[in-house]
Amino acid sequence: MNNMLGIINLDGEQDLFQELTYFRCGASLPYAGKYRLIDFVMSNMVHAGITDIAVFVRKKYRSLMDHLGNGREWDLDRKKGGVFILPPDWNDPTDHSKGDLQHFHNNMDFFLRGRADYVLFADSQQICHIDFRAVLDSHIASGADVTVVCKRMEPAEEHRTCYRLTVDDHGNVLGFSMDESNPNIFMNMYVLRKDLMLELVRHCIAHGADNFLRDGIIGQLPSLKVKAWAFDGLLQTINSVESYYKHSISLLRPEIHRELFLAGNPIYTKIKDTAPTKYLDRATVDNSLIANGCVIAGHVESSILFRGVRVEEGATVKNSIIMQRSTLRPGAYLENVILDKEVTVTDHQRLIGSPNRPYAIPKRRTI
Amino acid sequence: MMARQECVVMLLAGGEGRRLKSLTKKMAKPAVYFGGKYRIIDFPLSNCTNSGLETVGVLTQYEPLVLNHYIGIGSPWDLDRQNGGVSVLPPFAELSGASWYVGTANAVYLNFAFIERHQPDHVLILSGDHIYKMDYSRMLDFHKKTDADATIAAIEVPWKEASRFGILATDPDYRIRSFVEKPADPPGNLASMGVYIFKWPVLKTYLTRDHQNPDSSHDFGKNVIPLMLGEQCRMYAYPFKGYWRDVGTVESLWEANMDLLEDEPELDLNDPNWRIYSRNPYQPAHYIAPGAVVRKSLINEGCLISGEVHHSVVFYGALVGEGSVVRDSVIMPCAKIGRNARVSRAIVGEGAVIEDGAVIGSGDETGEIALIEDHARVGGRVVC
Repeated sequence: MNNMLGIINLDGEQDLFQELTYFRCGASLPYAGKYRLIDFVMSNMVHAGITDIAVFVRKKYRSLMDHLGNGREWDLDRKKGGVFILPPDWNDPTDHSKGDLQHFHNNMDFFLRGRADYVLFADSQQICHIDFRAVLDSHIASGADVTVVCKRMEPAEEHRTCYRLTVDDHGNVLGFSMDESNPNIFMNMYVLRKDLMLELVRHCIAHGADNFLRDGIIGQLPSLKVKAWAFDGLLQTINSVESYYKHSISLLRPEIHRELFLAGNPIYTKIKDTAPTKYLDRATVDNSLIANGCVIAGHVESSILFRGVRVEEGATVKNSIIMQRSTLRPGAYLENVILDKEVTVTDHQRLIGSPNRPYAIPKRRTI
Repeated sequence: MMARQECVVMLLAGGEGRRLKSLTKKMAKPAVYFGGKYRIIDFPLSNCTNSGLETVGVLTQYEPLVLNHYIGIGSPWDLDRQNGGVSVLPPFAELSGASWYVGTANAVYLNFAFIERHQPDHVLILSGDHIYKMDYSRMLDFHKKTDADATIAAIEVPWKEASRFGILATDPDYRIRSFVEKPADPPGNLASMGVYIFKWPVLKTYLTRDHQNPDSSHDFGKNVIPLMLGEQCRMYAYPFKGYWRDVGTVESLWEANMDLLEDEPELDLNDPNWRIYSRNPYQPAHYIAPGAVVRKSLINEGCLISGEVHHSVVFYGALVGEGSVVRDSVIMPCAKIGRNARVSRAIVGEGAVIEDGAVIGSGDETGEIALIEDHARVGGRVVC
């Protein structure tokens, strides 16, 4: 079987998450009641039979390391391969690599040891169920040097910083641009042969380049055969507080909930061993997504509760996202709010954000 | 070379649990679901790991497939250890022939080799039939302090129920003076919990003697404990206080599930210092649709609730359709309840389908609990 190494490159990911990423990188942002953003790409890779995954990180990766651990939940606790979190550790005195090419140069052993012939690149911000095996099959069948994944859709604010692809009728990629009127959005996913990748990396470093995608692939477009693979499933791009909030709330729509959670492969995440959620006698809950370990005595409407949230009697949560182990005391009122982990909202406090600009409270505050 | 273990646990998990009717048709009693996400065996296994006891032999016999697969290498309970860990011990053949486990004492006797590998000082015997949280390390301390040959965990039960249990009579210092199985006229209300710690050499001696007695039914409660008491062994009762239930019947299983629905249940499943671990089915957060009503209930991940759920326990992946009302019931994993159905005082088995408009259970508070078999498809009116 042809196989791939998975590279999740977090270096250079958009981070417009403000308070939500004070203490973590975007990839470990909690999502959908029990996941972290990175769970989706990790699970997609695992379902495609990838057993070697490297996560290139540069900063704020403590919570990510805690989350991924030895990879057991993704079935990546393996003798051969597994998941490797590769933080910066630049020791080579002869090294003159720059930018994200430092990761390639300094972690060359990962590429040389892996037995796969192909390398799949992805980031953590494209929430979707994608069949990477189908991308590889198409890549091999077409004889392309590089196959890039795109989705044709009405662009939203969060796509402003995404590359757009110009593609001819045969699926050949003619150009990458930032042209906002072009609906062919590049999903930061691409596959190529490992030996070609290593050659492009050497070329980039030799020429003082500092970004593998821009200088190694887009810059070499005239001499490479690059094909587009069109993804036609549900895509949520999350790179800012606004897109995080918008897509979170959209999970309450039955068709989106179905496609992301019921129709596809399971999404793996770290196990927490919390009890089922307890609804008390006075609880009123409507149109909400609720993880385990919560105790609900108050009113919850059109909201997402993560594991271990307590909504005490007379507290109200509307259109809000409440992360792990936060507590709402009696009479607290939240509307259009994102509470990070372990926040306590004391008796009768009111927090109201606007639907387009939710009010985000960082981790471990008491309001 | 195995490292020595001070105490080895033998967990008796071969019980058929016939009184649980269809719930144990395809699985042993310890594998039966409880509390929205657990199986009964999660409680003794979690108690072991939380008590620091990491060498556990699980004795299986009846319908072991589900249980074997569930236990695996023990990772959910942190029992995948280099030294010790969990081992599933089914009956086996040896040079002298093959035999089944006949009785609890016989099951342990046939696994002496497993115990010997770890050269323990003590052996803890558990059954996979009870719902409770217990720190076995405290019992072990008590057992060592009293220098007992055997220690039996005991709990005070209501007098009117005492005749269902093995009843212990003790001195004020808990030295056991007598033990009677299911007495018609109970001399006390201190009941054996079926949790025993023995000094390993003593256990070895008595199990060997029991094995040689052709009149014995090779049962700890019926044979081994009375034999030891009769010979003046030093035996103590370890008094346990807290929630403990035998969920051996459909009724008692249902009741123990309902106990969890109190505002402050006696059995706290959310205590971060004493987690109950279970194998994770990888389900998303559950979804409560617009117009749904959920009151006084436990709902696990992966559920989709569009109807009403009152005073019920709902396992992972279950669906409750629009207009349906579930009351005083236990809904097992991935059961599907259609629209406009009524389910009252029922246990709906794993993967069962309740068709639109069906009426399950009489709702009569004195009536029997309606039990819907796993994977059954049910329409119309079913009382029990």
